[in-house]
Amino acid sequence: MNNRLSKVRWGRGTVMLLGGLYFAVPLAASAYFSIDSRKGIDFHAYTQLLKAPGFLPALQLSLELAVTSVVVLLLVLVPAMIAVRLGAPKLRPVLEFVCSLPLVVPVVALTTGISNVLGWAPKLRATPFYQTLMVIQDQNFPIVLVIAYVPMALPFAYRAIDGGLRGVDVKTLVEAARSCGASWPRAVVSVVIPNLRTALLNASVITVALVLGEFTTAAILGFAPFSVWINSNGKSDGQMSVAVSILSLLIVWIVLLLMSAVGRQRRARS
Amino acid sequence: MNDTAPTPAPSPAAAETLSGGPGAVAATLSPPTAPGTAAHARRRRPRGGAWLATVPLLAFFAIGFGLPALAILIGAFTTSSDAPDGGGTFTTGNVTHSLQGAYATSLWGSVKLSALTALLGTVIGLPLAQAVATSRFRALREAVMAGSGVLANFGGVPLAFMFVATLGNSGEITKQFKLTSHGWSLYTFTGLSVVYLYFLIPLMILTITPALEGLRVQWREAAANNGATTVQYWRHVALPILLPSLLGGFVLLFGSAFAAYATADAMVGSSIPLVSLQIADALSGNVLVGQGNVAMALGLDMIVVACLVMAIYLPLQRRSAKWLS
Repeated sequence: MNNRLSKVRWGRGTVMLLGGLYFAVPLAASAYFSIDSRKGIDFHAYTQLLKAPGFLPALQLSLELAVTSVVVLLLVLVPAMIAVRLGAPKLRPVLEFVCSLPLVVPVVALTTGISNVLGWAPKLRATPFYQTLMVIQDQNFPIVLVIAYVPMALPFAYRAIDGGLRGVDVKTLVEAARSCGASWPRAVVSVVIPNLRTALLNASVITVALVLGEFTTAAILGFAPFSVWINSNGKSDGQMSVAVSILSLLIVWIVLLLMSAVGRQRRARS
Repeated sequence: MNDTAPTPAPSPAAAETLSGGPGAVAATLSPPTAPGTAAHARRRRPRGGAWLATVPLLAFFAIGFGLPALAILIGAFTTSSDAPDGGGTFTTGNVTHSLQGAYATSLWGSVKLSALTALLGTVIGLPLAQAVATSRFRALREAVMAGSGVLANFGGVPLAFMFVATLGNSGEITKQFKLTSHGWSLYTFTGLSVVYLYFLIPLMILTITPALEGLRVQWREAAANNGATTVQYWRHVALPILLPSLLGGFVLLFGSAFAAYATADAMVGSSIPLVSLQIADALSGNVLVGQGNVAMALGLDMIVVACLVMAIYLPLQRRSAKWLS
């Protein structure tokens, strides 16, 4: 018995080692590439990067877009999913279908559609829609990107939250809370939501990562968040482009660590 | 066990009262008086109005997704604004054109690449996810999940830059092992597959781990008690239960690979025929006069392909929740 157990553990270790290698080698090789020069180790790609124009504004725009997208996504998705569990089970297939739909429309295609819709503006000049279309294309904070990113993140967020909802018996929880005299909103906010903490965090993390890395829509529609800046600035210098790639990975990682730290803190407090 | 005489008469009655619940009791004890109906209505109200909570989502979806999708559909079946007739006339020419020659090649190339990488991602991701999900080290499990969250969405330009530095013509690994002399090139179908797997495998781990955690230890124990080997357990118990989730993951991976644009664009340009690259080309006006809407038709083709994959997956998905809920 003991023997078989250790054999299984060996297999597991090998699988993880191979997997780890596949993901670590490109990272290590890129890191080496970015500091390898004829004169030896040289960090010029990183020091120049901090001086590069437009670095901080682009990063700030991406972070703002990410936060806004997460807030909007959770505000529209979570109530709908809980309500469907509680009182409208017939709508569940509809919701699932709607949340899976963005998967079948590739981002390139969706962007084609969005640019087409934005192109209707001249025909709508006399109506309030024209002003709306102009406002959402503000270069300082393009709301149109949030409108595009939320549906893009929807399938992933839906899966994350659905997984969380499967783990808790929402109906019983709410009935128990209601029996104790809680109102409907209170039952959902202070009983159901805390039980979904991990799922909500996962959904947020996926969305943040998606928004920070998204390139296609922003580039085609002509906005300049971080990913677009990386592309335009990085192509001039091979080493800097790799340095910037590693940095962008690190930034996503840091955001993620911060978010999980916040989640753990809340968990500890409650 | 059944020595005592069966007493069929009381038990169904008892069951009926039990299953009837408070509602049944109320109905038999008192006629529906005014306070009774009020309480009833109050209990029912959130049920009736629950669908209202889905309205913001559906409305947002209609604007952010429905409207562009409609624009694609209209654009695909009308003439472009640079056509001789001024545009807007119904035509099937765009779609016909998008299914011929170079466009057809690129569509087929995308399907091949996506199917291959999605399959590899599923086959490699499952054992990795299983190894991680059953690991004794909680910190490792959390680190892998967090890492997968980052890498699964680490597509785009940075990924291309990183692989060029690693396995490109002057990449570190290429130089170190002299891969070029062994016939290696990153800028091929195979090279692109290797790059795609870098974000597809983490995506698979993210998707399949909840299902793996849903596999109960008792099932494994029951199988072991009945003398099943590990292989038999996986073949007859675990895999059939996981199949819908695996297919779901496969579809997710296929969609991701099929839609990927930035990585391929930054890495290989248009030397590998892919439909997303063709669309961007067509969008930038790199097509014959009068065929600007071919981009929309190509987008529609992509949607149709993805829909076909979805049509296989959805009925299976419906059968899944039974075991893993």
